[in-house]
Amino acid sequence: MTRSFDLSRPVLAAVTALLAVMIVLPVGWLLVVSLTGKDGGITLANFGALFTDPTFVDPLITTLIIACSVSAICCLVAAPLGWLVARTDMPLARTIRTLVMASLVTPPFVGAIAWEMLAAPNSGLLNQLWRIMTGMPSDEALFDIYSLGGLIFVISCYTFPYVFILVANALDRMPGELEDASSMLGAKTWQTARLITVPLALPVLLAGALVAFLQALNLFGSPAILAIPAGFHTLTTRIWSLFQFPPKPELAAAASVPLLVLTVLLLRAQAMALGRRGYAVLGGKYGAPRPIRLGWLRGPAVALALFVLAMPLFLPYAALFNSAFSRVASRIVGPETITLHNVKFTFLELSSTMPALKNTFLLAIASATLGALLALLIAYIVARKAVRGYRVLGFLATAPLAIPGIVLGVGLFLAYTRPPLALYGTLWILLIAFVTIELPAAYQQLGSAFHAVHPELEEAGRMLGATRLRTLADITAPLLRSAVIATWCFIFVATIRELSAAVILFTSETKVLSVLIFDLKESGDVGAIAVLSLTMVAITTVVIAAANRLHGRPQIRPA
Amino acid sequence: MTRKLTRRRVLAASAAMAAGSFITPVRAAPPEPTRITPTLIEAAKKEGKFSWYTSVDLALAEKVAKAFEAKYPGITMKVERSGAERNFQRIGQEFQNKIYNCDVVNSSDAAHLIVWKRARMLAPFVPEEVAQYFPAAHKDPDGMFASWRITLCPIAYNTKLVKAEDAPKSYADLLDPRWMGKIVKAHPGYSGTIMTATQQLSRDLGWPWFEKLAKQKVMQVQSATEPPKKLAQGERAVMADGGEYVVEELKSRGEPVEIVYASEGTPLITGPSAVMANAPNPNAARLFQAWSMTREAQQLNIDVGALRSAHPQAVDRADMKKFADIKTLKEEANVVADQADAIKAQYVKYFKV
Repeated sequence: MTRSFDLSRPVLAAVTALLAVMIVLPVGWLLVVSLTGKDGGITLANFGALFTDPTFVDPLITTLIIACSVSAICCLVAAPLGWLVARTDMPLARTIRTLVMASLVTPPFVGAIAWEMLAAPNSGLLNQLWRIMTGMPSDEALFDIYSLGGLIFVISCYTFPYVFILVANALDRMPGELEDASSMLGAKTWQTARLITVPLALPVLLAGALVAFLQALNLFGSPAILAIPAGFHTLTTRIWSLFQFPPKPELAAAASVPLLVLTVLLLRAQAMALGRRGYAVLGGKYGAPRPIRLGWLRGPAVALALFVLAMPLFLPYAALFNSAFSRVASRIVGPETITLHNVKFTFLELSSTMPALKNTFLLAIASATLGALLALLIAYIVARKAVRGYRVLGFLATAPLAIPGIVLGVGLFLAYTRPPLALYGTLWILLIAFVTIELPAAYQQLGSAFHAVHPELEEAGRMLGATRLRTLADITAPLLRSAVIATWCFIFVATIRELSAAVILFTSETKVLSVLIFDLKESGDVGAIAVLSLTMVAITTVVIAAANRLHGRPQIRPA
Repeated sequence: MTRKLTRRRVLAASAAMAAGSFITPVRAAPPEPTRITPTLIEAAKKEGKFSWYTSVDLALAEKVAKAFEAKYPGITMKVERSGAERNFQRIGQEFQNKIYNCDVVNSSDAAHLIVWKRARMLAPFVPEEVAQYFPAAHKDPDGMFASWRITLCPIAYNTKLVKAEDAPKSYADLLDPRWMGKIVKAHPGYSGTIMTATQQLSRDLGWPWFEKLAKQKVMQVQSATEPPKKLAQGERAVMADGGEYVVEELKSRGEPVEIVYASEGTPLITGPSAVMANAPNPNAARLFQAWSMTREAQQLNIDVGALRSAHPQAVDRADMKKFADIKTLKEEANVVADQADAIKAQYVKYFKV
C-alpha cells in the first residue's frame, strides 16, 4: 500500500489527553475541595452553608437577575443592529461593524471605570452636565452607576458585541438564494425576513443569548468595581471575597457548583433546541445575500447604530481621554488645565508598567495561537464525529464556561502548586489559565463555523485518498480561514481583558496589565488607569489590524 | 493551599494574645545594629535590584523608590503596591509555594508583622538609626521590624460641598441624617489602615456606631488611599476614614479637601517594615531597610508624603497639625492579630460587602 500513515489517531488521542489534564485536573481539585470538611473528611456541609446563608443566596439571586437582564438586552440590541449591518443598505455599515468589534477590545472593567467617570452620581461628567443644563442642586443625579441597573447597563455595553458578531456573521453566511426564492414566490420583504431570515438566524441568536448570559454570570471586573461601592455582591465578587484572608476555598468551590449545573442544563437545552434542525448553509457554492433597501429609514437607522455605539465606545473613551490628561478625573480638561502628569507618572515613575505590558502581550499572543489551534482540532473532531467519545471532548471544551474565571483560577492554583507541575509563579500557569478560559468560546465559534461547512467537501478529499489531517489542512482550514483568524483575534483580546483568574494566579513577577489596572483602581489612581487603558487598547488595535491583513480574500471562491 | 497558613496564623495570633503584649521576645537579644557601609552598598549593587511590597499610596511609593535609586545608582527598585490585607494574603500564598519575590515588606496593619515574625518569615536586622533613635514602641525587641511610617486615619470633607462650620466634628456627627448618601469609606477587608482603625473605633465607640453608620448609605471603596480621592473629585462630601497623608497631599496640590480630627480621638496607624528571611536580594533589601529609617528618608516621607515619623529628629511639616497636639486612639496590634477575622465578619454583617 502506498497510502501514507494516518496521523490523526495519535493526534486526536493527544488532544483528548491534553484537554483532560487541562480541565479535569483543576475541576477535579475543586470538587474534591468543595466536598472536604474542616477535618479533612468528606462532607456536604459546605453546600449546606451555601444554601442557608443569605450572604450567598442574595448574591446568587442578584447574579441571575443580572445575567437574564444582560442576555435579553444584548439580544434586543445586537439582533437588529446585526441585521442592519449585514442585510440592509444602511450607510456606514462597514464602519459600524468595525466599531462594534473595536468596542470588544475594551476590557469590561476598564469600561466600568470609564462609566464611573461618566455616571457616578456626584462627580460623573454626564451628571455634572445635566446639573448645569437643568440647574438642579448638587446632590441630585440623573444616573447612578453604583446600582444594580447601572451594573446591568455596563455589563450589557461590553457583552452585546459578542452577540452582534455572531448574528452579523451568520447573516453574512446565509445564502441569498433562499431569500431570493422567497421573494420570487411573491413574499414581501418583511415576510421573507420573518419566514426565512429569522428562522435561519435563530440558532445563532440563541447561541448569542447563551454566550451573553454566561459572560454576565462569570464576569468579575465590572461587579467588583461597581457593586462593592453600591453595597451588594454578585456571586463572583462574593467568591473573590472568600479568597481574602482567611481564605475559604471549600466554600468558593461549593459556590461554583450551582453555576456549573445551571450552565450544563442551558447547554443541553440549546443542543436539544437546535439538534433536529440541520443548518449547513455553506455548501460548495453560494450566492451573496442581497441588501434590503431601507429607503427613508436609512438616516434613522444609522443614527440608532451610532447612539448604541456611544455607550460602549464614544462616551467611555471621551471620559478616558479626559482623565488621562487631567489631574482630577471629574473635571473636563481645558487648554489651561491639560497636563501630562499622568502620562509621565505611568511611563517614568510607575515601575510595574513595562513588565506588565511585556507579560500581557507575550501571553496574549501565545494563548491566541495555542487556543485557536486547539479549538480548531476539537471543533473538527466533534463536528465530524471523528473519534468515538467525541461528545466527551465537546463537553470538556465547553465545561470551563460553567466555571467563573475566578474559581477556575483557584482550581488551577490548587492543581499547579504541587508536583508534578509546580507552575505557580511562572507565566505558564497564566497561559494554561487563559487557554482554558477562552477555549469554550473559541470552540463554539469554530464549531458553528464547521456546522456551516458541509462535510461533502471533506468527503471528496477523503475519497481521493487524503488523510484526515491532510483534508483538514488543505480543504477545511482554508475554508475556515477567516473563522480561525477571527478566533485568534478573539482569544488575543479576551486574554488581555482577562482579570478574574489572573487576579488569583499572578505573582509580582508575572503581573499582567489587567491586574495592574485593578490594583490602581483599588487605590483610586484613575489618571494612570486611563493612560494604561488607552495604551493597551492602542496596541491591541494594531495587532488586530495586522492579523486582519492576513485575512485577505478567501482562496476558494465559487467558480 | 491556604489551610496551612490559616492554622499557622491562628496559632500565631493566640500565642501573641497569650503573651498579651505587642511583641513577644523569642530570642535572647536583637542582632547588632548595622551601619550603611561601602561593603553593604557594593554587595547591594551586585544584586542590582529588589522588590518592595507596600500599601503606602502609590505616588509616594514610587517617589521613595526614585529617591533611593538616585541615592544608590545601579540598584533598581520594584514597587509592589496593593492594599495591606491583599498583600498579606499574597505574601502568604507565595510563601506557601516557596516563591520568594518579596525583599522588603511594609504593611499598614502592624498585626501582619507579628504574624510573619511568628511564622519565621522575617530576617533579624536592625538599622543603626533605629537602634540609636527610635522609641521602644516603634521597634521590635528582637530586631525583626521597625515603624517605617506613622499616619492617622481622620475624617475629612470637601470644602466646596461643605462649609467649615457645617463639617462634622466627631464620629457621632457622622450619624446625622444630613450626611445620608454623602459619606465615602474604605474597607477593613482590603486596607490595613482601616482594619487597624476599625479595631480602635469598635473598641472605643462600640459596634452599634458602625451599625448606624452603615444605614447612612455609605459609598464603600477598598483602599484607605481612595476615599480622599473620591472627596477631591467631589463624588462624596465627607470621608469617614482614609489615610491622613493622602488628604494632606491632595490639599497641598490645591484640591478642596480639609481634615477633621474627631473629638473622640483619631485612630493611630503604625506601618512597620521588615526584611524577609528568604529575600532573594538580601543585601539590597538591607541597604533599603537601613536607608528608609534614616532621618533623611524619614524627612522625605514627611516632606513629600505628609506622613508622620517615629524618628525623633524628623520634623513635622509646617502646614500640618503637630503630631503631639492630636488626640489619638490607642493602637493594639496584638488585638488586631487576634481579632482580624471577627472584625471583618462583624463589619460585613453591617455593610453587606
